Amino acid sequence: MTVESSALYDVPGPKALARHRLYGWLALLVIAAVIGWVVYMLFHTQQFTYQKWMPFEYKGVQELLLRGLANTLKAFGWTALFALPFGALFAAGRLSDHRVVRWVSTVVVEFFRAMPLLVMIFFIFVALKAPPMWALVAGLTLYNGSVLAEVFRAGVLAVPKGQREAAYALGLRKTQVMAYVLVPQANRAMLPTIVSQLVVALKDTSLGFLITYEEFLHAGKLIATNLDYDLPFIPVVMVVAPVYIGMCLLLSWFAKWLERRGRRSPKAKGGAPVAAAGLTPDPQG
Amino acid sequence: MNVLTDNWSTYWHGFLGTLWLTLVSAALALGLGVVVAGFRVSPVRPLRAFGTGWVTVLRNTPLTLLFFIVVLGLPRFDITLPFFTFAVLALGCYTSAFVCETLRSGVNTVPVGQGEAARSLGLTFTQTLGLVILPQAYRSVVAPLGSVMIALAKNTAIAGSFSVVELLGTYRTINELGYGIVWTFVWIAVGYLILTLAISALFNLLERRVAVSR
Repeated sequence: MTVESSALYDVPGPKALARHRLYGWLALLVIAAVIGWVVYMLFHTQQFTYQKWMPFEYKGVQELLLRGLANTLKAFGWTALFALPFGALFAAGRLSDHRVVRWVSTVVVEFFRAMPLLVMIFFIFVALKAPPMWALVAGLTLYNGSVLAEVFRAGVLAVPKGQREAAYALGLRKTQVMAYVLVPQANRAMLPTIVSQLVVALKDTSLGFLITYEEFLHAGKLIATNLDYDLPFIPVVMVVAPVYIGMCLLLSWFAKWLERRGRRSPKAKGGAPVAAAGLTPDPQG
Repeated sequence: MNVLTDNWSTYWHGFLGTLWLTLVSAALALGLGVVVAGFRVSPVRPLRAFGTGWVTVLRNTPLTLLFFIVVLGLPRFDITLPFFTFAVLALGCYTSAFVCETLRSGVNTVPVGQGEAARSLGLTFTQTLGLVILPQAYRSVVAPLGSVMIALAKNTAIAGSFSVVELLGTYRTINELGYGIVWTFVWIAVGYLILTLAISALFNLLERRVAVSR
């Protein structure tokens, strides 16, 4: 039993246990009823007919889906590749001693964080006439890069002040202090948060669907709206949704694993401030 | 001559659409979020499992896919609702997962003794949670809840691509009239900035009020 649950209720006695069991069964009944209704509706609207699932037998359709998945991962890869340096650059800018650099970086980071991602993507796509993929990647980079910049900044600021002072006292220059002392320590605290932010980026690649980028969801829609297969919408969702959820879960688990590993390592004093520094990815999703 | 003055009513309707969509979805998200958060900390195992499943699935599904499912999928079940309702469903459910997690982490910040004291007074689980824990958790939750709401306001932009009248969607009509594309977007951006800044101001105010009562 976790701390949080013990704050709310005692270890249940026999009476409470019986009551909880009753609630449990009632809840299960309701949940089962809802699931049953959904399944009934699925059969009622004939979602499991052969014709609706037939498209997945064709090689062309399978290739279409795989190509879509590959495109999704491609956009994600480029985004990660660009967003990380972007974030590092602007985090350094916000920590700079030069006022102008600091202000410019602050304005850039705050603006791109406040703007809906889709507005940026549409702007780049419609106004700058970029090809869909690059519009998507540029938008994702600007947004996630800005969030990452804040994560980096918070991470560096969360390193105990004495570390910086000691480094200066040893005669290191500003760049050296940053590169040899602060960033390596901040890194460990930030890594899980960075990976969690990448989950957000991965999910947002599906916005490419709205600007006709041929990614995974786009491929799904193409199949779902095909009249020859009797509009196999539900089957497509049953295939597409688990893949997205699976990919995101894998990345989240990776983040959690990194966090656990960081905490376990005896040298990982720097790993503690993750929560303290307020290093949570944007809930944008 | 000027994009803003010429298309004032288009922009205004778009802005109102976004505002309205944000408000209604926020209400749904908060309501659902509180209930699911209650499930997630409850002593009844099936409820807890349901809460965990709800959060896990919704947090790892792209919002676009959710819109896709709701807007194009529910009609397959012969459920036809106005697009606005569909948009509210998708946005509300999606955001409720984040609201739930925020509340749950807030519950963790309340000292254990508070819950113990409430129980020793004979309050039930629901009473403990609703009367003692959540009102205190509310304090530490105001700021992160503000970010969730801002994220929601920004996410409404996706609804425009599924035929709901909102701010981003106005670019299409205005663009067809042949105005400079950059300025068309500048005013859309300003509209979103006004909305997000207003939300963050509101939550700052709340936060200050809560801090005073501490």
